[in-house]
Amino acid sequence: MIKTPGRISGGQILLGDTDLTKLSEEEMRQVRASQISMVPQGAINSLNPVMRVRDQIIDSMLDHNLGLSKAEMIERANAALEAVELNLKVGRMYPHELSGGMKQRACIAISIAMSPQVIIADEPTSALDVVTQRQVMQTIGRLQERMGSAVILIGHDMGLMAQFVNRMAVMYAGSLAELGSVQDIFTHPLHPYTQMLIESLPVLGNRGVFKGIPGITPLLRDLPPGCVFNTRCPHVMDVCRHKTPVFKEYTPGHWAACHLHEK
Amino acid sequence: MSLSYLLRRILLVFLIIWSAATLNFFIPKLTPRNPLREKLLEQASRSGYIPPGFNEMVKSYEKKFGLDQPVWKQYLTYMNDMAHFNLGYSISNFPKTVPELIGQAIWWTIGLLTATTLISFFLGTLLGALMAWSRSSFIFRQVVPSLLVLGAVPPFIVGLLLIYLVAFKWQLLPLGGAYDTTNLPTWDFSFFLDILKHSILPALAFILTTAGGWAIGMRGMMVTVQGEDYMTFAEAKGLKNWRLFYRYAVRNALLPQITGLAISFSYIVGGSVLVESVFRYPGLGSLLATAIRQLDYFLIYGIVFILIVAIGIAMFIVDLIYPLLDPRIAYEGK
Repeated sequence: MIKTPGRISGGQILLGDTDLTKLSEEEMRQVRASQISMVPQGAINSLNPVMRVRDQIIDSMLDHNLGLSKAEMIERANAALEAVELNLKVGRMYPHELSGGMKQRACIAISIAMSPQVIIADEPTSALDVVTQRQVMQTIGRLQERMGSAVILIGHDMGLMAQFVNRMAVMYAGSLAELGSVQDIFTHPLHPYTQMLIESLPVLGNRGVFKGIPGITPLLRDLPPGCVFNTRCPHVMDVCRHKTPVFKEYTPGHWAACHLHEK
Repeated sequence: MSLSYLLRRILLVFLIIWSAATLNFFIPKLTPRNPLREKLLEQASRSGYIPPGFNEMVKSYEKKFGLDQPVWKQYLTYMNDMAHFNLGYSISNFPKTVPELIGQAIWWTIGLLTATTLISFFLGTLLGALMAWSRSSFIFRQVVPSLLVLGAVPPFIVGLLLIYLVAFKWQLLPLGGAYDTTNLPTWDFSFFLDILKHSILPALAFILTTAGGWAIGMRGMMVTVQGEDYMTFAEAKGLKNWRLFYRYAVRNALLPQITGLAISFSYIVGGSVLVESVFRYPGLGSLLATAIRQLDYFLIYGIVFILIVAIGIAMFIVDLIYPLLDPRIAYEGK
C-alpha cells in the first residue's frame, strides 16, 4: 500500500515468524484485514457511500478464502457490529445515515471482523469529540482484551497515549527517537523531543500560554545532516550537527537516539 | 421513495414539456417565410406558369392548415393538438401526415443510435476508468489517452473521412443509405445483414467521436474517487483488485455518467442530424433537416415535440433510478 515515491528501504517487519517485507503483493493482500487490520483516521469518509455497512464488513471476508457460507459471514458481521456496541439495524444502513462516532465504530467492526492479531489504529479518534473519543477508545480496549490482539495506536495526543498504551515509541521525521514503557517515558523522557511533547500537554487549571515546539518539521526529502532534530533541539551540541545518534538501550527496555546520553 | 418525491418529479416533467413546447411553437414562427406559398410556387414553376388566382389558392391552403388565424389562436390550437398527440399533416409532403413520416424515420434512428450510444458509453466509461486506475497496464495509462484526440473532431468530419477511405477508396462498405436500394425490403436474414453493413460506418463515426467524452468524464471522476479515504481503507481491507475497481472505484465514479447517459438517450430521438445527413441515413435527423429547410411547421413541431417528451421522460426515469444508485439521494425527498 506504499505509494511511490515511498518505498521500504530496508529492515524487517515480523509478524510471528513471517517477514512481511518478503511477501508478494497477493500474499500481503491475504494478510491484510485477516491478520493485520487498520482502523482509519478519517472515519467520516472511510466507508463506501454506496454500500450498506454489513456488506462492507462481509466483502472483506469474501476475498480472504475463509471457507464460510454466506449465512456464517452474516453472523460474523453481526457479531462484529455487536462487539462495537452498534445496533444490528446499523448493518442494513448506509454510511450517510450514521453519526461520526457510529461510522468510527463501523470501521472498527470492519477491522475486527476476522479477529486479526494486530490492529493498527491510525489516530482513530482525531475526528471525534472528546466524549465519543473516550467511548471509542474504551471499545477498542475492551476488544483488545477479548481477542488478545496487539493494538498499535498512532497519534499526537500524549494524554491519550498515557491512558491507553503500555509501550510507546516516539518518532520524529521518519526515525525512532525513543522507545520504552509508558511509565519510563513519562517519568524519565530521554529524548528532548519527547520531553517537549510531554511539556506541550495543557494542564487543567493552568491558564497560561501553551508550550509548543518552535520551528517546523524538516522536509523528508531534505533532512538536516546528523540528528534529524538538531534544528529545533534546545540542547543541541556540535556533534548533533554532523553525526547521526545511535538508537540504543539506556536502561532495560528503554531506548533512545540522542547524543546527550552518550558518555 | 416517497409519494411527494414522485409527484414533484412528475410536475417538473410537465413543466419542462410545456415550456419547451412553447419555445418550439414560437421559434419557427419568427421567420417571415411562408412555407405554403413556397411549396405552391415550386409546384407552379414546375408546370411553367403561375395560375390565375394563385394568391387565393395560398389563402385557402393557409385556412386549411389554420395559418390564417392570429398567432395566439394558433398557439392554443397547437397546444391542444400536442396535448392530444394530434400532430397533423406535413406541409412539404402533403397529404402525408406527420406521424406517418416520423413513424417511417424513427426506427432507423432509434436502432442505429441506441446501439451506438450504448456501445460508446460502455466503451468510453470502461476506457476512462482503466485510464485513471493506478494499477492499469502501461497501454491504458499512456497509449489509450492519445486516442482521445478523436473526441475533439466533429462526427461528420470523421464520417466524411470514413466514407472517403472505407467506402469510396477501398470500397469495403456502402457509401450511405440504410439498405441497398436494389434490395427489396423483405424481413429476412440477408436484408438484416445489409442493414448491418450500412450501419457500420455511421455507427463508427458516432462511436469514435463520442466515446472520448465518456472516457474523459469517467477518468476525472475516477481520479477524484481514488483519492477518497474509503479507497485507502478498502485496500487495507485486503480486497481483491477487481472488487476495489468495480465495487468501490467504478461504482462511485459512475454516478454522474449515468445522468449523462440518460440525457444522451433522449437526444437519440432527435437523431444525429449531421451524421445522418452525411450518410443519407433515412432517420429522424435527416427528416428534421428537410423539415427545417422547407419550413414545414407541423413536421418540425412533431419531431421536436417527440424529442421534448423523450427528454422529459428520460430525466424522469433517471430521477427514479438515481436513488437506487446513490442511496444519499433518496433522503432528499423525505
